[in-house]
Amino acid sequence: MEQEYVLSVKVNNNNGVLLRVAGLFSRRCFNIKSLNAAETEEPDISRLTIVVKGDFRIITQIKNQLMKLYDVHEVKILNDAVTREHILIRAGKSEEDRHKIIEIANLYRAKPVDVGKDSIMLELTGEPVKLDSFIDLLKPFGIIKMVRSGITALERD
Amino acid sequence: MILTGADIIVECLLDEGADTVFGYPGGAVLNIYDSIYKYSDRIRHIITSHEQGACHAADGYSRATGKTGVVIATSGPGATNLTTGIATAYMDSIPLVAITGNVSCGLLGLDSFQEVDTTGITMPITKHNFIVKDINELAKTIHLAFKIAGSGRKGPVLIDIPKDITAAKTEYVSLGKSVPESTGGASEEYIEKAVQLIANSVRPYIYAGGGVVSAEAESELAKLAELCDAPVSCSLMGQGAFDQRNRRYIGMLGMHGTVKAAAALNECDLFIGIGTRFSDRVIGEPAVFGRNAKIIHIDIDPAEFNKNVEVNTAIKGDVKKVLAQLCEKVEQKKNAWTAEIIERDCNEPVQKGTSEFPVTPESVIRKLDELTNGEAVIATEVGQNQMWAAQYYTFTKARSFISSGGLGTMGYGLGAAIGAKVGCPEKTVVNIAGDGSFAMNLNELITAYAHKIQIIEIVINNNVLGMVRQWQRLFYEKHFSQTTLDNRHIDYVKLGEAFGIKAFVIAKNEDIEPVLKQALEISKTEPVMIEVKIDKDINVLPMIPAGKPVINPITEIDLEA
Repeated sequence: MEQEYVLSVKVNNNNGVLLRVAGLFSRRCFNIKSLNAAETEEPDISRLTIVVKGDFRIITQIKNQLMKLYDVHEVKILNDAVTREHILIRAGKSEEDRHKIIEIANLYRAKPVDVGKDSIMLELTGEPVKLDSFIDLLKPFGIIKMVRSGITALERD
Repeated sequence: MILTGADIIVECLLDEGADTVFGYPGGAVLNIYDSIYKYSDRIRHIITSHEQGACHAADGYSRATGKTGVVIATSGPGATNLTTGIATAYMDSIPLVAITGNVSCGLLGLDSFQEVDTTGITMPITKHNFIVKDINELAKTIHLAFKIAGSGRKGPVLIDIPKDITAAKTEYVSLGKSVPESTGGASEEYIEKAVQLIANSVRPYIYAGGGVVSAEAESELAKLAELCDAPVSCSLMGQGAFDQRNRRYIGMLGMHGTVKAAAALNECDLFIGIGTRFSDRVIGEPAVFGRNAKIIHIDIDPAEFNKNVEVNTAIKGDVKKVLAQLCEKVEQKKNAWTAEIIERDCNEPVQKGTSEFPVTPESVIRKLDELTNGEAVIATEVGQNQMWAAQYYTFTKARSFISSGGLGTMGYGLGAAIGAKVGCPEKTVVNIAGDGSFAMNLNELITAYAHKIQIIEIVINNNVLGMVRQWQRLFYEKHFSQTTLDNRHIDYVKLGEAFGIKAFVIAKNEDIEPVLKQALEISKTEPVMIEVKIDKDINVLPMIPAGKPVINPITEIDLEA
């Protein structure tokens, strides 16, 4: 059965490592829904958080193929994890919109980070579903621009 | 000791036991070739006609000896010319270290003369690759490259070295020979599962792939086959992993496997795939593959499990160790089915000549087999020649069949045969080619002559691209599009002579034995070539059409239809 899986991948922080991972997904026809790469507590190691869609067979394939890359140290399919995503979003076409948007932002504890005459830019961090519903609520005001960071995740203890 | 980068490269190669390398000089590797000149009493360098040939030679050297092959090429076109060879090695898991020069660090990224993004290009066809931008990393990188190439599932590694790094100097401390990471056997739990499956089976069938050759597990395989009392097939890559004189051997399995192997596949109740990746050329239609059997899959690479075929028990580990573990636990079986299928007459197809072209590839290869006692190293090109070589030569030892299985590289065989002969000078090395493949990289005859590499090149000439023609006949309404080559008029004897190579023609059945004997004699001192004239419509049979179930192979093609 197809579903979304979150993979946490520890890699050497080498030149081209992202290309190696992305290239592997592309040539083996695996789909990446989102990919986040950042340094970890060890300066030589980066952690990629990759959201992929597929059935369990495909996910196992992805895991095994990734493990064959020299720069990959560890691949975990996360089951019980804290997942977070960050969004920057600008919306609104009038001053009136802006006030209403701030009300919604307060409900979600989103933070205004840039205020224009008619529109406002907010930031919010949370579970991806929370971000989805936040975006839905802002849609009627006209979303001017937005960027999502992609999921980051860490296993629970 | 303070050395230049180029000297460090050669020192590292010598540390790794790579005393023979293949390559082609050029601007970005001038420093490296200067060191090869200085070290010429310790390192043998074979210059080929083309970098592709050098790469195939390094690959053939590796397949024949089990050592890691080394190839050197310059930047830009030198590096791109390696790519077919690297991809060939990658698909067949052959350990190779490719060293390419590149423009100096300051010129990288500026579209400089003969600059190409070598690591970018070779990323998907290497196990790993490096660009060395700091001379202090050079020795470590080469050491690591050999280690990666020879560890786990083996494969090619490329090191791209900018020219200024080969000129720079640094203190060199030898790191010695790299030691491959060892892969363990399987956990007891998995061994136990497999032992149970074997104990419960009454029709076990063993199928061995190139992984058995790579792991040097031939004797463990033979022992397991005895204990299980199973018939055995090998994949194309597995040719020689099991002694084909053994009565248990029932031929190759797959698209051009024997009728008997296809029958065994469908009748068996337990299919044991060892060191194999279940290539689409073997499994046909995945859903019905081994439909009456439970499947055990033993391999070093877990990414192969359930990739192409779903299996019941997947056992990860070094094939040699896993087989040894199994041999300890499996109790001697005796299966009525095995005895029956080994003896069964499956009416395997036999090749027939025509009145104009009486000679068949089968008769030539079988005679070669007889004269060399199944002990020659046989390289092949790709296409019909390759399948015939696999079908009709009786391989008795591992590392005696040198062929591009996964990538299917026409033009592979001559370079590979040269490499194999350089690696195994005491063995008879024959390349079985078709006229199409031969024309692709015949330039390496120059190499064979120049270095007195005593190979036998057999060109089976049907004046067509036979394998493609065969498919056009079967699936494209006999539209022989671009596969008829009879407007080429090559005089192979003159061609050979032009390169300084004696060449002979086999056109009649009476020619076969004397010409082969003469060639075997000449090959004791120099390379030799034979053209075998055959009819253009000798097909490779049996045949399972691509993607179709491996059941009831085609054994006859009506040429009049």
